Amino acid sequence: MNRITQAFEQDKKLLSIYFTAGFPQLNDTVPVLEQLQASGVDMIEIGLPFSDPLADGPTIQDSSTRALNNGMTTDLLFNQLKDIRETIHIPLVLMGYFNPMMQYGIEKFCQRCQEVGIDGLIIPDLPVNVYHERYQKTFESYGLLNMFLITPQTPDNRIRFIDKVSEGFIYMVSSASVTGAKNTFGDTQSAYFKRIETMQLTTPQIVGFGISNAQTFQAATQYIRGAIIGSAFIKHLDQYGAHSVADFVKTIR
Amino acid sequence: MKVNYNVDEKGYYGDFGGAYIPEMLFPNVEELRQNYLKITSEPSFKKEFDQLLKDFVGRPTPLYFAKRLSEKYNTKIYLKREDLCHTGAHKVNNTIGQILVAKRLGKNRIIAETGAGQHGVATATVCALMGIECIVYMGEVDIKRQAPNVARMKMLGAEVRPATSGSKTLKDATNEAIRDWINNPVDTHYIIGSVVGPHPYPDMVARFQSVISEEIKWQLLEKEGRENPDHVIACVGGGSNAAGAYYHYLNNPDVNIIAVEAAGKGIDSGESAATSALGKEGVIHGSRTLLMQTPDGQITEPYSISAGLDYPGVGPMHAHLFRSGRAEFISITDQDAMDWGIILSQLEGIIPAIETSHAFAVLDHRKFGPEEIVVFNLSGRGDKDLNTYIDYFKL
Repeated sequence: MNRITQAFEQDKKLLSIYFTAGFPQLNDTVPVLEQLQASGVDMIEIGLPFSDPLADGPTIQDSSTRALNNGMTTDLLFNQLKDIRETIHIPLVLMGYFNPMMQYGIEKFCQRCQEVGIDGLIIPDLPVNVYHERYQKTFESYGLLNMFLITPQTPDNRIRFIDKVSEGFIYMVSSASVTGAKNTFGDTQSAYFKRIETMQLTTPQIVGFGISNAQTFQAATQYIRGAIIGSAFIKHLDQYGAHSVADFVKTIR
Repeated sequence: MKVNYNVDEKGYYGDFGGAYIPEMLFPNVEELRQNYLKITSEPSFKKEFDQLLKDFVGRPTPLYFAKRLSEKYNTKIYLKREDLCHTGAHKVNNTIGQILVAKRLGKNRIIAETGAGQHGVATATVCALMGIECIVYMGEVDIKRQAPNVARMKMLGAEVRPATSGSKTLKDATNEAIRDWINNPVDTHYIIGSVVGPHPYPDMVARFQSVISEEIKWQLLEKEGRENPDHVIACVGGGSNAAGAYYHYLNNPDVNIIAVEAAGKGIDSGESAATSALGKEGVIHGSRTLLMQTPDGQITEPYSISAGLDYPGVGPMHAHLFRSGRAEFISITDQDAMDWGIILSQLEGIIPAIETSHAFAVLDHRKFGPEEIVVFNLSGRGDKDLNTYIDYFKL
């Protein structure tokens, strides 16, 4: 069974952390992964940096630009992750934009993911219908789950379709925003979380965007199985360096 | 079977196009996709659009027989005078169309991206015309390079917001505009300035610009007794003036289509914007198309002396025209383009935008027969480029 699916069988709220590969220093990728696991994080999204990350706010864009300037490439990331499954047993999701994957070659990209032990992918600019028509078979043949985003504006029938095509989890974007834009949840979010809960989807959900501390993590996981923290963790890494991962995770739960 | 070079029902031009957008943009783009054809085919829309093109923009623009140029190159050359449009270029055809769509969608806030500032000015102009709030994203570097257009936008009441991410130029201004739209999905319409971006933008913008070839057809009929030129030539950055000039000839094999890109300092110089020669298939700003990128798939910064051709991608229609062989693609260096700024000025009394100058340089690279009719889309006037001309020629 895929590690992501296994993670959801635990009776707990899942804490997932996003960070950009090759940031703050090029070789921080593996140490950050190891510390995140040691700190009790349940799942990790590894960001494959891209020059033009449309869905991201300034924090993640800046970390991506700096990672690229550090010399990060798709191939180098796979090399860094080559032996990662000797130490890391929690689910690993690669999150990145579609263009670098296309240039690497979709088939070769999926193959490398499988070789290093990636469990799934989040590709914000690969729409669900294009994935379903053109790429799903390839991804599945390498045992990769592909996760899709929904937002408070996504209509019910589209959520149902995404639920049908999705495996692993559905990534619930908490509000109409790019990453790192908002820090609090209001009535809109509560109503949205409740609405999704009552839809009884077959794919479990995780909330992302706007989770930055213990309070927002609690609020998000009141109705939903887990939450992803990205920009707030990137800021912490930038300020305190790669050795300080545990300090951040402690403040969340 | 007849080949179709226009968009198909799924929003693709052959292999190119589509809507590769994050889910956060889906409601905005889907609302537009479901409504743009309905809105633009309403009689009240057509009436208002045509009226504004006539009375505000100054259409139809003349189709002018360039006598001295024709004699020099021993062929029949016509110039489609988009340089005479209000605001100085074809860009306003599209912004008029989109502001009317935005109004009918109930939007009360407009955002746009701009490189050199021409599309920003055209957007600020129509927002002033309609009394709608206008925010233009512009790269910090471009704001410094294009001070007069920044001032024009401010005079017209627009807010110019600097894009400070990445390379701080057009592609980053586009990223910022898209992010704004993600953060403001309900009240805001994004007026994209070229035939780029997710479907339906390339098709919608091409339709608004198609008035160019629609007029060429009847104007040429009046002057030459036929609707079809032998060649239609336009410069291509994102490709909106070219899309308009080609539109009604796309599926007509009697008309040869020539697209002119900016070679910058030369195709192999590392400082170029010739996407067809240097680009590879990929995804940029929500569209699958040809784009300039590193082997690792990072989007690179193009270079051209003309800011309007300085875009790392090309509209999906043009990517398809290139790959299918329907259009001839030629690239022209800074130097040849600049020289043509002078040649056209002194032969025909028209100072062209540097973008447009690229198209004319084709005359030195390709022979046309004495009986052939060649139409150039004279997409913009050179006023905005005076500083560049002054610096280049020490005028």
